[in-house]
This record gives sequence, structure tokens and C-alpha cells, in this order.
Amino acid sequence: MTFQNNPPTVSKLAQSLVIACMGIGIIFAILVAAKTTSGAMQFHAFIFMTALTTGIIAIINLSGRIEDEAPVKSPSGVFYNNNIIKYGVIASAFWGIVGFLVGDILAWQLAFPVLNFDLPWTNFGRLRPLHTSAVVFAFGGNVLIATSFYVVQRTGKARLAGEIAPWFVFWGYQLFIVLAATGYLLGVTQAKEYAEPEWYVDIWLTIVWVTYLLVFIGTLWRRREPHIYVANWFYLAFIVTVALLHLVNNATIPVSFVEPKSYTIFAGVQDALTQWWYAHNAVGFFLTAGFLGIMYYFVPKRAERPVYSYRLSIVHFWSIIFLYIWAGPHHLHYTALPDWAQTLGMTFSIMLWMPSWGGMINGLMTLSGAWDKLRTDPVLKMLVVSVAFYGMSTFEGPLMSIKAVNGLSHYTDWTVGHVHSGALGWVAYVSFGALYCLTPWLWNRKGLYSLKLVNIHFWVSTVGILLYICAMWVSGIMQGLMWRAYTDLGFLEYSFVETVAAMQPYFIIRAVGGLLFIIGGLVMCYNLWRTILGHSADEKAPENIDNAIAAQALGE
Amino acid sequence: MSTENNDTKNNEPKNSEVDQYSGVETTGHEWDGIKELNNPMPRWWVYTLIVCCIWAFAYQIYYPSWPLINSYYEGMGGKTQREVVKAELEMIAEDRSVFADKIQTTDLATINSDPNLTEYALAGGKAAFGDNCAPCHGTGAAGFIGYPNLNDDVWIWGGSLDEIHYTINYGIRGVHEDTRINDMPAFLRDELLSRQEIDDLTTYVQSLSDSSIQSTPAVHEMFIDNCASCHGEDGKGLREFGSPDLTDAISLYVTDRDSIVDIISYSRGGVMPTWNGRLDEATIKSLAIYVHTLGGGE
Repeated sequence: MTFQNNPPTVSKLAQSLVIACMGIGIIFAILVAAKTTSGAMQFHAFIFMTALTTGIIAIINLSGRIEDEAPVKSPSGVFYNNNIIKYGVIASAFWGIVGFLVGDILAWQLAFPVLNFDLPWTNFGRLRPLHTSAVVFAFGGNVLIATSFYVVQRTGKARLAGEIAPWFVFWGYQLFIVLAATGYLLGVTQAKEYAEPEWYVDIWLTIVWVTYLLVFIGTLWRRREPHIYVANWFYLAFIVTVALLHLVNNATIPVSFVEPKSYTIFAGVQDALTQWWYAHNAVGFFLTAGFLGIMYYFVPKRAERPVYSYRLSIVHFWSIIFLYIWAGPHHLHYTALPDWAQTLGMTFSIMLWMPSWGGMINGLMTLSGAWDKLRTDPVLKMLVVSVAFYGMSTFEGPLMSIKAVNGLSHYTDWTVGHVHSGALGWVAYVSFGALYCLTPWLWNRKGLYSLKLVNIHFWVSTVGILLYICAMWVSGIMQGLMWRAYTDLGFLEYSFVETVAAMQPYFIIRAVGGLLFIIGGLVMCYNLWRTILGHSADEKAPENIDNAIAAQALGE
Repeated sequence: MSTENNDTKNNEPKNSEVDQYSGVETTGHEWDGIKELNNPMPRWWVYTLIVCCIWAFAYQIYYPSWPLINSYYEGMGGKTQREVVKAELEMIAEDRSVFADKIQTTDLATINSDPNLTEYALAGGKAAFGDNCAPCHGTGAAGFIGYPNLNDDVWIWGGSLDEIHYTINYGIRGVHEDTRINDMPAFLRDELLSRQEIDDLTTYVQSLSDSSIQSTPAVHEMFIDNCASCHGEDGKGLREFGSPDLTDAISLYVTDRDSIVDIISYSRGGVMPTWNGRLDEATIKSLAIYVHTLGGGE
């Protein structure tokens, strides 16, 4: 495999095959657009046609040799595919802001329902999946794809496998996001939480995801290191498991091949269990395993310290993989789900506590010998705080899975607060940390535009997160207690509406917290943009990132 | 696993070193500058993991847990969630039964004159109202457009204890055969009156409650012919038909001119569920007592 030392090329055969497949896709889309009675599906068929046509033109324009800004041979002698990761960084930042914004609109709608303007497209039921999908799949997914493509190349000393395939993964995934998001707004949904897109969007995602898996495995296969780095185990587990979850939970039968509606093949409680097996492992493998992959590369890299314990990483990896997949039934405590399944869901969640914490220990202890850097490097501070939030929410999770606790917490805002301490504190912060690292590396800048702005981002967002989760703890526990309060005569003390009215102040606090989080995100986007443009807010142009950090420290 | 182009041999190279800060050896692997320390797993971590597992297995032995081919392991404790809930509900029912049974068998007037029973009925009625009635009538029973205010003296179907009880029990346009029902004609849709006539009639209806609006004797005749059989010649409504008083400026719906035109043209009629069968008799009686005390009980 000597090609890795030569500039990458793309074969005519591959070009022709992909164009042929896309051509067939366009014909399908034309047929659907002509036959369907659904305006939404026709709209989607047109989007699909446009996307594929653009794709074909792009592939035809590919020269035999990939000349993306003249591929630079890295010191290790590898032509890394950096360009695609640049796209990934920009897409991540973009979708992040979109997702946060929709989330905060929803938060204000909950406090003041009049803000849904009585329009079908802006009501809570349609915007809510838009928010969850935008933050989890659009923002989180793009961060995962970008960082995994970066990390697997660097830790394997190999160029990304394929020249067209990685771009198909990137753009195909963006197409999936657009189809899913517009579908929600138009009311196309299969009503499964976090798996709302209908069957045809699911099929498209399957094609994209399998290509992603192949690109990732292909790159691992080409690696020139004897071992596979731990971050890549986590990425691989994430890609494989998400494929499995997606296929099983989206097993549906369409009413027609030209209509968007489909019916799930599972019925009743089996459908519910499949759904929560899926959703819980989307948390476990998308939002935990995948982002642990990010943590395992970017924390030691930024701290410039070795990973704390190799053995711990092996044991906690395999115990997470084995235990997580059982924990889904804890979402269905005290329902029609049989007792035995509830017991398994709860007990496996308890056993999962330490395996989850293994990642936190390895992340935090990696800083031993580098704790002083927290004073000077706000990016590292963000990464470390993300690991701390990870530890907190992976303690809270098993706690809430205990049936007695769940009896209080389930269906209340406590759950919402728990999810957001993980989503904002862990997932978003570790992603921000990775984006702050990647931008100067990829665009060959000496450092970020301004570390002061990173610090501002950190504090504004952290205050936002704390407002959010504290408000939800108070309102959630209050709500749970009000639901179960009895009078002396044995009657429920509060009606449901009274509990809703009591939560309004906390809804407002939550919405303010979310607003702060968006402001932090916008500060990040500005900082990244100025970094890409090559600007520097520091008076002295620092020689490298470390000097930049030192200069910043002197300035403060 | 190794690949063809490995620079290193398959057997691991011994290039581990000692980390200067911690004094711990590295594993000898290096990826893009990242090394790994060969630290053992923290003891407390391992022990806590073991304790969690032991606790989990003990729990699984006590409670129903593992699936079998056609059934499941039922657990040594012999507890199921269904039985726990059943026992709790029975306990609550038993607590309540002293009063609930009395309310069940006692007539409304007697309950209303017994302070203990009244206190109990009001507490139960308030709880039942919050969960069943508040979504339409509001938590404070002030109603919304289309849902009557229960705090005032105005009653469409009657405000005595028995009348309120009947309304709750059978509902309005509900599913029970004894449900309260009436049907105002849609004068325009059914081509009973012309648009001009309806317009005149609207002015007449407005004049009933607003002395600044004047109508004509001819329209009064039209009112007598078309409306008085239900609303009465004076427009004060008749409770036996559930026809509202048109003279009191209080309406279930909006009272502007367009809305009145709309109601005469197309008719209106809300639905209140039949609670008989959905709530037990004691609860329905409690609700009647509670609603009766809200302000306008007769």
C-alpha cells in the first residue's frame, strides 16, 4: 500500500459507479414526485433530486488527482484528508446554533404558550423533534463525524479511506438532516422519540451510515500503528451500534412506496420496549461512547499528558459496551412492561455507574501534572468541565433508574434537567473543546483568535447550564412531590394544571439559561471565524499555541 | 491485529518509558504523540463496581428478573408491581370508605346538612374537579368561551343540588340516554330565515340586554314565532329546555354582533361528558356539592 505516500487520486471507475447510482436515485425521486399525493413527500423528492444532481456535477468535476488546496504531506509522510474535517467543523458550529436556538424558542413557548403563534409549523409538537434532532444528530453527529475522521487518520497515520466516500458521508448526512428537519415542520413523523424521520429518510440514513462505517474501518485497516487507539474503539462502537439501533427501531412497513406514512412492525409494549432500547442506547452509544472517543483524543492532546490508565480504558470500555445495551427498560418503569424487564433495566443501570465513571477518571486523572494549565488555557478548562458534567450526569442516571426514585422523577422536569446536564455540560462542552482545538490545527493558524473570548464563552455558558439544571431540579422535584401530595382526607392535593402553573417561574429561569448558552455559542462561532480568517486578538503574535496561552496569562 | 505495511514487528516493541511527573511507566504505545500510563485501575473503582454487581444480582434474585422460554423467573420475594399497586389502591379505598360509603348511600340534601360529610365531599369534589373538570371550566371554575362560569348565579340547566348532580351525572349532549340535550336550529343553514331577517333578529337580541339598541315590533313578532318557544316570550330562557337567558348580557360565547349572527345562522352546542360510569357515585355527588358551593348554588 504505497499509495499512502503519494498524493491521493480518484479512479474513473469509482466516479462512474457513484454517478450511475446517483442517477438511479434521481429516477426514483422523479417517480415519487410524480405519483405521490403528499405535498411533503413531493417537496422531499425535489430536495433529493437537487442534492443528487449537485452531487453528480461535483463528482464529474473531480479531477483524477485530488487537488484540495494542494494536499500537504504531513511530517509523518501521510497526505491527510483535512478538507473534509474543515467542512465538518463549520457544519457543527452552524447546526449547533440552529439546535440551541430552536431549543430556547421551545423553552420560551413552555413559559408563554402564546409564542407558538397558533401556527402548525411552529407549535411545540413539531419544533420539539426539530430541536432534539438538530442538537443530537445535526450538531452532535457532525462533531462526531468530523472528529472521528480526524482522530482515525492521526492515530493511525493513514489517509481517510476513499476519496468520494467520505464526501458522500458528509453531504449525505447533511441531506438527511435537511429531509428530517423539513419533514418535522411539515408534520411528517413516525412519532418515535429521537427516531421521528419516516421510512424513506431512514433508508437514506442507512446508506450514508454504512458508508461511514466502511470509511472508518477502511482507514483503520490502512493504519500504520500496531495498535488501535482507545478513541477509535469508542468511535467504532458508536458507529456499529447506532447502525444496529437504527435498523431495528425503524423497522416499519410503508403504506405505499410513494407515501410518507409507515407503520412499525412491533405492537404495544414490544414497540415501546424497542423504542426505549433504541433511545437509551442512542444516549449510550451516540452521546456517550462517541463523545468519549473525542475526550480520549482531545484531553490528552490538549493537556499534553499521557492517558492515565490503559487498563482502566480497556475495562471500562468493555463494561460500558456490555452493560449499556440492557438499560433501556428503565425508561418504562411502572408501565405495562413486564416486571422482569423492568428489574433488568434497573439493575443493569446500577452496574453501569462505575463503567461510566471509568471514562471520567481517565479523563480527569490524565490532567495530573497539568492542572496548572487550567488557569491559563480556557479550552482545556472547557474539556475538563465537560468530563466533570459527564461524571455528574452518569451518577444521576443510575440514581434515577432506581424504581423508588423513578417513581418521583419520571415524567417530571427532573428528567429534562438530567438530559441537559449531560447534553449541555458534557456533549456540547467536549464538542466546543474539540472545535476550539481543531480550527487552528486545520487552518494552520498559530492559535485561536482570542483565548479571552473562549473564557467568556466558558463562563456565560456555564452560568446558563447551571441556571438550566438547577431550575429543572427544583421544578421537577416540586412537580413530582405535588403529583403525589395527598390531603388528610385522602384526596390528591393538587390538580395537574396547578402543578403546571407552579412551574412557570422555573420555565422562565430555564429559558434565560438557554439564552446564555446560545450567546456563548455565538461567541464561539465569532472566535472560530476570526481564527479561520487568520486574525489574532493578541498583541504579540505568538509562536505557537503554548506561547499564546502564556501570552494570554500575562495579559490577564 | 497488524497490517501489511506495519513498520513494526508483530511482537510489541519494548519502548515503554517512565513518566517524569508521576514516576509511572508508559505502555510503550504512542499515537500522534499520545502515550498511555500503565496505572492500575483505582481500587475504590473496582470495589464499587463489584458491590454494584453484587447488589444487582441480589435484587434480581429477590424480584422477577430473567426471561425464560415461555415465562420468567418470578423472584424469591414473590412481589409483582401489579399486586403492589392493587394493595395500595385497596388501602386508599379502605381509608376513604368510611365517608365514601355514607356519601354513596345518603341523599344530597342530607349530605349538605351534615358538616362532616360536607367537609369530606368538598375535599373530594375539589380534587375530582381539578383532574376532571378544570381542563374546560378552569381551575377556579371561571369557565372559558363555550364553557360556562360556575361561580356566578346564571344557570342554563339549573343550579340546585339535584339539577347540578343530574348535569354532571348524565352530561350535556353526552352518551347517556338521559343526557341533557337541546338542539337550536341553524336558521340560515336550514333556510328558515334570510340573512336580512337574521340581521334584524340580532339587533333584537342585542336590544334585550342593551337599552341603547332599538328594535321594531315586526322583529319582535319574528322572535315570538321563531325563538320564544324555547327562550320564552320575554327572552329570559327556559331551564327545562336548557335555553339560555338572552336578557342578562351574559353569554356562553362572545357577545359581539358577528358572533350572535353566527349563532343564529349556524347554531351552537357544546358537549359535557357523561360522568356516570367514568366516576363513581360518591365522587359525582361530591362534585355536585362542591360546584354548588362555588357561588351560585340555588
